[in-house]
Amino acid sequence: MTVDRTVGMFGGGAGEFTAPAQSPTALEAVRLAKRYRGTWALRDCTLSVPAGRVIALVGPNGAGKSTFLHLVAGLIAPTRGSVRIFGEPVGQRAEALARVAFLAQDKPLYDGFTVAEMLRFGRHLNPGWDDALARQRLAELDIPLNRKVGKLSGGQQAQVALTIAVAKRPDLLVMDEPLANLDPVARHDIMRSLMAAVAETQLTVVLSSHVVSDLTNACDWLVVLNRGQVQISGEVDELLATHRMLSGPTELADGMAARMPVISDSRSERQADLLVRTGPGTPLRDPRWKVSGVSLEELVLAYLRRPDATALPRPTLTTT
Amino acid sequence: MIKFRLDPSSGVATYLQLVHQVKHALRLGVLVPGDRLPTIKEVVSDLAINPNTVAKAYRELENEGLVVGRPGLGTFVRRSLGGGSTADHSRFRRDLAQWVRGCREAGLDQEDMEALFALVLADFRQEGIA
Repeated sequence: MTVDRTVGMFGGGAGEFTAPAQSPTALEAVRLAKRYRGTWALRDCTLSVPAGRVIALVGPNGAGKSTFLHLVAGLIAPTRGSVRIFGEPVGQRAEALARVAFLAQDKPLYDGFTVAEMLRFGRHLNPGWDDALARQRLAELDIPLNRKVGKLSGGQQAQVALTIAVAKRPDLLVMDEPLANLDPVARHDIMRSLMAAVAETQLTVVLSSHVVSDLTNACDWLVVLNRGQVQISGEVDELLATHRMLSGPTELADGMAARMPVISDSRSERQADLLVRTGPGTPLRDPRWKVSGVSLEELVLAYLRRPDATALPRPTLTTT
Repeated sequence: MIKFRLDPSSGVATYLQLVHQVKHALRLGVLVPGDRLPTIKEVVSDLAINPNTVAKAYRELENEGLVVGRPGLGTFVRRSLGGGSTADHSRFRRDLAQWVRGCREAGLDQEDMEALFALVLADFRQEGIA
């Protein structure tokens, strides 16, 4: 008998998510840590994410997001711990590196090159290069191949960079703040093309941002880093299904808070608002309490304000 | 073909919003058996949402026997939803319109009416349990 170890955040709820359960683990970090001179940028990060996911990596500035992504892409070496991509240790072999594409925060394009020259560059550097895919994407986006990169708009440059990363045909695409410095329309366009690429090529994506609202619907896995540690790692729908805002009379709040984990607790003289983590099957029948859902943004904010609270899968997931 | 919309402030999971919209369209006859739902790629490149979300919604609809996925062809409506005949529907719609008109004349606004309707539905639900 096998138990799904990667999907269920609280170990329950078998059946509903059977499809993703077959996916192998795309990304696994075990006690990953990185120190720069005297400072730990990342400490003791353990997490595991199944393949085929779009992972949102969020957290305040300085939480270690960029460090984590550089470690995942094999661009820097960990001080302690390990990262595996599809079961392979990162950065050890050329084949493992070819499975990962990294899109840096400052767009990795040469302003003096034309788009066509950027494609030629990509083709020379990457053995698995899919030129047809790259040309088709750029044609769909109406980006002229003979234009110099420096003459394109910010949104178009981001699209070219994304196209080059996707045309490498990686299994894992790592993007550090891909939406920073883009206007809202360009942000939406980038997410649309990224989602289309995921639908077409089944790639796993991990992208960081400090703006949660940009990622809400695009990402189906959430990782929250706070002060160099993993605070949340779980499936977005499941996180949303197991967190509720309860509003009710203040005099009953202590009793309610004793029944389930409280992430945020705000009370006035009469009314208390508790953001709680509930089991999937614990309905609240008390009519004095109003139960409402929470947005991903509310959930992230509540956790970030309570660095000691975590929403992590059971430790069984690190079995190898 | 239907086009999905998302309500970011609803607090309802995105895949459920898609499920609800398909069911709503089935109830209203906007979708009928044989109709094709948009492909996953069409939905995601329109709404910038995760393909797994769409797949999950379609899987759910398939589990309920409402649609069927044909590999390489798309996802198709299998049966419609909603009790009663079309004639019943138009009769109830007329009755309800009459009711709304009465409420308006008595000075009720939309929220009053929605609250009343929800209350009556809830009363019936409780009777059903008791």
